[in-house]
Amino acid sequence: MRCITTPENMLSPEGAFGGNPLFYWIYGLAAHLVPCWLAYVIAGLVIMLILINAVLLGAAIVSWGERRLLGRFQNRVGPNRWGPFGALQPIADLTKLITKEDIIPYGADRLAFTAVPVIMVSSLLVATAVIPFAKDVALVDLNVGVLFILAVSSLTSIAIFTAGWASNNRYALFGAGRAVAVLISYEVPVVLSLLGVVVVAGSMSLGDIVVAQAVPFFLVQPLAFFVFLAGMSAELNRTPFDVAEAESEIIAGYHTEYSGIKFALIQAAEFGGALFVSGLIATLFLAGWAGPVADWLGWLWFLIKTFIGIFLFVWIRSTFPRLRLDQIMAVCWKFLMPLSIINLAAVVLEVYFLRDASGTLSTSDLWIMAGINMVVAVVSIAFFGRIIRQKIRNSSRTMTASAPMVRGVPTIEVG
Amino acid sequence: MTIRTEPMTVNVGPQHPSTHGVFRVRITFDGEDIVEVEPVLGYLHRGSEKLAEERNYVQVVTLTDRLDYTSSMINNQAYCLAVEQLLGIEPPPRGKYLRTLTAELQRIASHLIAVGFFVQELGAFGTPLMYTFRSRERILDLFEMLCGARITVSYMRPGGVFSDTPPDFWPALDQFLEDFEGELEEIENLLLNNEILMVRTRGVSPLPADVAINCSVSGPVLRASGVNWDWRKMAPYDAYDQVDFDVPIGSNGDNYDRFWVRMQEVRQSLRIVRQCIAQIEPGPVRLELPLVLRAEPGAEAYGRVEASKGELGFFLVSDGGVSPYRCKIRSPSLINLTITEHLLLGWKLADMIVSLGSVDINMGEVDR
Repeated sequence: MRCITTPENMLSPEGAFGGNPLFYWIYGLAAHLVPCWLAYVIAGLVIMLILINAVLLGAAIVSWGERRLLGRFQNRVGPNRWGPFGALQPIADLTKLITKEDIIPYGADRLAFTAVPVIMVSSLLVATAVIPFAKDVALVDLNVGVLFILAVSSLTSIAIFTAGWASNNRYALFGAGRAVAVLISYEVPVVLSLLGVVVVAGSMSLGDIVVAQAVPFFLVQPLAFFVFLAGMSAELNRTPFDVAEAESEIIAGYHTEYSGIKFALIQAAEFGGALFVSGLIATLFLAGWAGPVADWLGWLWFLIKTFIGIFLFVWIRSTFPRLRLDQIMAVCWKFLMPLSIINLAAVVLEVYFLRDASGTLSTSDLWIMAGINMVVAVVSIAFFGRIIRQKIRNSSRTMTASAPMVRGVPTIEVG
Repeated sequence: MTIRTEPMTVNVGPQHPSTHGVFRVRITFDGEDIVEVEPVLGYLHRGSEKLAEERNYVQVVTLTDRLDYTSSMINNQAYCLAVEQLLGIEPPPRGKYLRTLTAELQRIASHLIAVGFFVQELGAFGTPLMYTFRSRERILDLFEMLCGARITVSYMRPGGVFSDTPPDFWPALDQFLEDFEGELEEIENLLLNNEILMVRTRGVSPLPADVAINCSVSGPVLRASGVNWDWRKMAPYDAYDQVDFDVPIGSNGDNYDRFWVRMQEVRQSLRIVRQCIAQIEPGPVRLELPLVLRAEPGAEAYGRVEASKGELGFFLVSDGGVSPYRCKIRSPSLINLTITEHLLLGWKLADMIVSLGSVDINMGEVDR
């Protein structure tokens, strides 16, 4: 029987699973036993299963690693009871959480309340599909990868707002209101900084962006890297921008009422989000799977760079206090926003003048850009940093000369 | 078109991650702004004042431990001073010095907690808190050497302290002072000039000096508002007239000043501890007193100390019996809470928690 659904027939080598040896291997194996269309489906599902498990397992490892790291930063031990170095702690946590009672509070919107963890986890998993873990190893190398990631990851803000609304809890509502304000605002500078990356790479495909990084983009566009890092800490609700789930203020923010498996899923989405964003930083700014030696070790370089990102996030979390909501907004609109516009303008001008006839940039062009942009970054961060510093400081009220006394308490005059 | 919004009332506490125990405050928010504040107290009421009427003078010491459980030594000291006034006795010099020394160590421990939780409430996840607790732990170890207990120490007695120091206490204290110098520097470097901390706390919830005085607040909260008032200087008790120290004064009375004053007081307390070590001499630590103390009928006494949170006073009335006829506790945390409304009104939800943290209340003392 002639097989019309072979990968070769169905897809070009650049398309989904294109060039992925693992897919061909599974397909070949399955095609011995079942009709080839079924083998195609099976192979695709197996790859997706691997990806989903990798992301969720990665989230578990991140949750363990973050707690261990935080422990070291905070001068304590961290989880170390279960398994070597406590590495099985996520399993213990998960076991505890799925055996707990799954409470839906009285007066909650049951459907919306239940949908939130699913939306959060699935948007994370879908967004991971376009990240190249190694050379030619991505579920799909979309030609609009960056746009796709932005579109899918903004689903999270809808989920968070739904959670706050559906929980019938005032702390959750506070958290949701804060989260939506922060997420929507920070989307703007993040998109603008990514635009700079896209302009230099000349493509929205993440695979092409990695290839274009003969010089890693965190050198070529330090401003974009800085804005992206700050913006993503806000999108991930991490310090110093973690107002949405500020534990000391509003308990746990939007997920105050979640327990059991729903809470586990939300946590998985959060730690998975940290993993995903670190992977994105590695891909977009640290040259992804490209390493000093051996392209076939791409996955290793990618992993190392991802963990650098995670380490950075944990480090920031363990060090900084939290900003207030209005200050976070000021930082977004008055600091990161101008920086990302300056970065975009500088990059566009440089690309316009430096590119050759075919519209490509050579490695030396990138180094020239890196040199110019470093200076631009230092100058503009210093300049806008001064402005935002004064703005934020002045926004705090000064002391009034004499204020109303406490009700019912007789007052005395103080000379 | 204008959008009308409704104010929203939220019960903060009694179970909340950062209300320092079972403090409950009912707050009406307009968006994130606070428009109405109503503190609700009494969740930790144990009737300490009434219990004191049922016990003899020495037994009451154990009750004082449980008032402000982060500064038990100072509570003991205040009560013992009151009883000594009532009986007209004075402890021997070594007892006085030991009391001063332990009270100052306790003040350091208490301020470390205050600072750690203050920064924790600002959102610094754990790190400063763990740094401060590392040093506090050492102080508790020293207390354990002295009296076998870490929190509820009951170390002091009317007429001195109940036992002399064990021989290994002094080397351990020296070692602690040596290590703490570096640890304190680390905490100061991390916090004192932290940009985010300054932005969040400078100019927030200021407390003018006249309001502070009219509400009769005391302790670091009062001094942060620029009032130079410290009972250790105003009416020296125990060995405080023998030691030399400065009283740090704030200028704006905002959250940063309250935090700053505590950090500086830790340094001053260290100075006092050092001087106590240098000046202390061997001798008896406690007067020879009968097992059961009796005061003159109708005698009254008010013993007060500068506790870590403010003026802590014990007012005792005797009817000639073995236990006080009346024991009134003037607890600084409760009085300092009277400024809650003034501090919070008009500020934001995020500032609310920080301002409450900067007042540094302890519910064991508020509700008694």
